[in-house]
Amino acid sequence: MSDVAVHDASHQAQETNFQARLDAEDKIEPKDWMPDAYRKTLIRQISQHAHSEVVGMLPEGNWLTRAPSLRRKAILIAKVQDEGGHGAYLYSAAETLGASRDQLEIDLIEGRSRYSSIFNYPTPSWADVGAIGWLVDGAAIMNQVPLCRCSYGPYARAMVRICKEESFHQRQGFEIMQVLASGTAAQKDMAQGALNRWWWPALMMFGPPDAASVHSSKSMQWKIKRFSNDDLRQRFVDATVPQTEHLGLSIPDDALKLDKDSGHYQTGPIDWDEFNEVLNGNGPCNDDRLAQYTKARTDGAWVREAASVFAEKKAASVFAEKQGASV
Amino acid sequence: MAITLNNSTSPALNDEALSRYLLRMGDTCLILGHRMSELMGHAPILEEDLSIANIALEQIDQARAWLTLAGELESAGRDEDALAYYRDEHEFFNLTLAEQPNGHFGDTVARQLLVSAWQREWYQSATKSRNEQVQRLATKFLPQSEYHWRWANDWLQRLGDGTPLSHERAQHSVDVLWRFTGELFSADDLDEAAAAAGIVAHPSELSTASRAALSQAFNNATLTPPVAEPIRWHGKRGEHGETLGLLLAEMQSLARAHPGVNW
Repeated sequence: MSDVAVHDASHQAQETNFQARLDAEDKIEPKDWMPDAYRKTLIRQISQHAHSEVVGMLPEGNWLTRAPSLRRKAILIAKVQDEGGHGAYLYSAAETLGASRDQLEIDLIEGRSRYSSIFNYPTPSWADVGAIGWLVDGAAIMNQVPLCRCSYGPYARAMVRICKEESFHQRQGFEIMQVLASGTAAQKDMAQGALNRWWWPALMMFGPPDAASVHSSKSMQWKIKRFSNDDLRQRFVDATVPQTEHLGLSIPDDALKLDKDSGHYQTGPIDWDEFNEVLNGNGPCNDDRLAQYTKARTDGAWVREAASVFAEKKAASVFAEKQGASV
Repeated sequence: MAITLNNSTSPALNDEALSRYLLRMGDTCLILGHRMSELMGHAPILEEDLSIANIALEQIDQARAWLTLAGELESAGRDEDALAYYRDEHEFFNLTLAEQPNGHFGDTVARQLLVSAWQREWYQSATKSRNEQVQRLATKFLPQSEYHWRWANDWLQRLGDGTPLSHERAQHSVDVLWRFTGELFSADDLDEAAAAAGIVAHPSELSTASRAALSQAFNNATLTPPVAEPIRWHGKRGEHGETLGLLLAEMQSLARAHPGVNW
């Protein structure tokens, strides 16, 4: 056999062995062999997830300074902090695959990477903070709970913690909506307005319909993804409609109905043109979100440089001390 | 140096005066916590978003406790939210330092260092307060304040002893903000009365420990101790600059648009 043929055969054996491990529900760890495409898919997915957590601090951050009570202010600070924390450990998970966080951040700024389109919608009222917790975090949980069983160990473990916190956020968001919906007419209007704004974008968070989903089938084979976009979207609708009724609010969809045979709610058609528009940079806040993210990074460059120069000085002085001690 | 509290049989501060005195701490925590919350999502490093959030959250938690206590002592039926959202500028008694805008990261660090230098010694001293509630809260908040000091102190060192640019910026931040430190350590009648009642040590005593810590911090950061004469400015007596009004207009806007509702 030629060298090339030997290499191909051994590569084939690694691929087969890898898939066998996945099929046996083994966790893949950072130092294990993995196909390049698996690694790339995970870096793409985890970094976009991390970016979403970090950019996701901005829409709710818009209300940190105007929260209407000190209790709400404290809760919101803690919540936005949690999102930043999720970003930090997701970046770490991506680093275990050989990615550099610095490069991932530059990729976002330079348009080679994305964050979730949902954060390109604005938060003009306090109720949007409630709606984000209830609907956006709620949809995120539907997407993310199956990721706790993702084949890549560091990602799966990060998701266990993230899901716990997200589910807490969802309950907090629902509670904000509950208070508003049972408050004054103005507060109820605020809650309904936020539901109107976030309902359809939340449904779009599950991604394009299965028939049009580009990355799904390979991700399923690799056990990164466990359920299809449409399945997860349906679960979310089925869970959320009764919650909305409990709140006494109306879902902004005249075509919404319960299908008695299947037991599932059927929604009207989703406006995928809007989804694509926002994805392609034409949402209400795309420019502003990226500008703020970029500004924080640019404005902070001198601070990061100072920290790194200081760390080098420290390391050099520790080294010199050790040298001195050993003489 | 051990700070001593007055243990003589001095007249107790009446509740109204004590309430007003405690608002100095409560409002300082609230306004500083609010300023730190403005930065979330905009820090130079993601990890600092998280640290800044910790400080914001702890300062707001401290504010809630002090405002609640001040409201109870005042006996006018005002809770933490009534005090935070329905007072106007001149009724806020925070240190002028706390309301200074975030500026760049060096300004944020320097402001935190200077406020923490005072706050930490205040809490340290008040852990021996003759007022049980003050003593309990100070004991609870002292470790938080130690952490805020350490965060600022560590960053001042990185900036001061980092690059020439960061050194220059840190020096400038410290020099500019030092001008607002006058009221930290100079006593007015209410400070005198609080010290006489054994609530907390006299500002001149707090000053000795704080100044020593600051001097060490400047030295570690290779910065020149600021020499500018502090200006006569008294946020703690309700005399504020121009930025507090804007901060309050934002902070109070939603609550005031819907008075009396449940959030």
